[in-house]
Amino acid sequence: MTRTGAPGRLDTVIEVNELSKRFGARTAVDRLSFTVRPGEVTGFLGPNGAGKSTTMRLILGLDAPTGGTATVSGVPFHRHPRGLRHVGALLDATQVHGGRTATAHLSALARSNGLPQRRVAQVLAEVGLAEAARRRIGGFSLGMKQRLGIAAALLGDPPVLLFDEPVNGMDPEGVRWVRGLFRSLAAEGRTVLLSSHLMAEMEHTADQLVVIGRGRLVAAEPVRSFAARGTRSAVLVRTPQADRLAPLLTAAGAAVVPQTPADAGAGAAGALLVTGLPVERIGALALEHRVLLHELAARPASLEEAFMELTADRVEYPSGGPR
Amino acid sequence: MRTPLSTASPRTGTAPALRTPARFGDLVAAEWIKIRSLRSTPWTLALTTLFVIGCAVVAAVADVRELAHPAPGARPPQGFLPFTAFPPAGCLTLVLVAGGVGAVSLTGEYGSGLIRTTTVAVPARGAVVLAKAVVLAALWTVLGAVVATGSFFASQAVLDGQHAGVGFTHPGVARALVAATLVAPVAALTGLGLGALIRHGGATVAAVAFTLLMLPTMLSSGTRWSADLRNAMVTTAWGRLAQNWDTSGTLGYPPTVAGSWAVYLLWPLVSVAVAVLLVRRRDV
Repeated sequence: MTRTGAPGRLDTVIEVNELSKRFGARTAVDRLSFTVRPGEVTGFLGPNGAGKSTTMRLILGLDAPTGGTATVSGVPFHRHPRGLRHVGALLDATQVHGGRTATAHLSALARSNGLPQRRVAQVLAEVGLAEAARRRIGGFSLGMKQRLGIAAALLGDPPVLLFDEPVNGMDPEGVRWVRGLFRSLAAEGRTVLLSSHLMAEMEHTADQLVVIGRGRLVAAEPVRSFAARGTRSAVLVRTPQADRLAPLLTAAGAAVVPQTPADAGAGAAGALLVTGLPVERIGALALEHRVLLHELAARPASLEEAFMELTADRVEYPSGGPR
Repeated sequence: MRTPLSTASPRTGTAPALRTPARFGDLVAAEWIKIRSLRSTPWTLALTTLFVIGCAVVAAVADVRELAHPAPGARPPQGFLPFTAFPPAGCLTLVLVAGGVGAVSLTGEYGSGLIRTTTVAVPARGAVVLAKAVVLAALWTVLGAVVATGSFFASQAVLDGQHAGVGFTHPGVARALVAATLVAPVAALTGLGLGALIRHGGATVAAVAFTLLMLPTMLSSGTRWSADLRNAMVTTAWGRLAQNWDTSGTLGYPPTVAGSWAVYLLWPLVSVAVAVLLVRRRDV
């Protein structure tokens, strides 16, 4: 058992070592190794199907690994007879029985771990569900179910917390609240692992990143150094003559991605996201060919772009050495 | 504002973990909260009780009619009258509902995914299954006892109209009451085992209906192997114990009383053992 920090305090790290899981012929997790430390929010990133949820299930002992180990505070989690005081987890907020009330659902969980009944009202108040305590879960929105799942994770006041896509279905107020919650849980010295496929979410919440693609480790490093990997900055171009400009830019060696209104906000018809050409060159090309521009904006490399680049280029060859 | 479990200030969180008591009684209490908090539970229990007792009353009324207006030449079925309290229709209903509820107590968790939340809270999966088994056994023993005594007293009250009612102490009645009671927990625990095996709700309930209700009717008591299988069925054992067969004149290989009690013991034992082993071994 490893120890860090203040003498005599057990280290509450999550350690994943050469972890593998195969389902038949498909390898969901492939010799994955990383460490999640206390006092920070660690973002767990990867495209859909990258193996994030499977890794979390392996850490929680729900699935047995094909190879390797996953330990929490030095012990495989499934060795604990009761779990809520060791690890709190929200895997899928919809995995509840719709016929029970929020209070009944949490009461059963609290009782199974010998936790006092007052914890139920406390965590419900903490996640903002005090008013809905006596309502049946079946009538909850997805955002409310996420809050209920977070309440369940907090029941045992655990030192280690895992959340799988906790922001899905939450309204903007909920997203803001949950970000603050994760930050404060980490500030209290807890270990917080937070999975998402929304890179932007991590920019605001996480300190550290573990990035995986196709079950393999792509990167494990602080958010800042990860974002700096996005070498190619992008330029947003808005023009009513996108059909003329796009071929010109492509001919000049740029990659052009037409933006849908969902990507770029309302009134973004004719917006192009251009990478591989500096903003000055794009402006000059437009002037040269008399293309009218409404907007020409350089965008600094974001976490999202760094992520797209990395998973696109490197997924078959996970990083280990320098880039 | 967060309200920590322990009042000790800045939390490293590890301190409370070391004090975790792992009491089996807490798991039983948690499973009881789960069953109790479903709206369908009281309805299911109330309707089953009424229906099974109703079956006994209907059967007793039919007996009373026969006693009042015996068919010419027919001998009144005196020896069987006390056991009118336990007609097959009532037993089969009780077995189907108890088996179904036992199955759903596990398949419901798999179906909704709640089993993952449960397993994170209690990584000792075998203990969870045992706690479910304890709650199911207790619940259905109580309900079985209510239904069996209710059926008996209601039917004897009807038979009293022809002065044919008997009391508790009538030979064979005590055994019939116990058998009619215990068939409910036996079926519930069998449902739990099948639920662990199949994990899909609808398919499990169909399997419960098939193994407990339909399979016995497909077997005859004429040939040895078929009779052995038939005698190993729960409802056959129930019939032997609760209906006071006169086996002297029966053809083939009738079930024995001791063998029937063994059936009552082995089905739930094997079912719970299978459930514990499967739930522990498989991925959730």
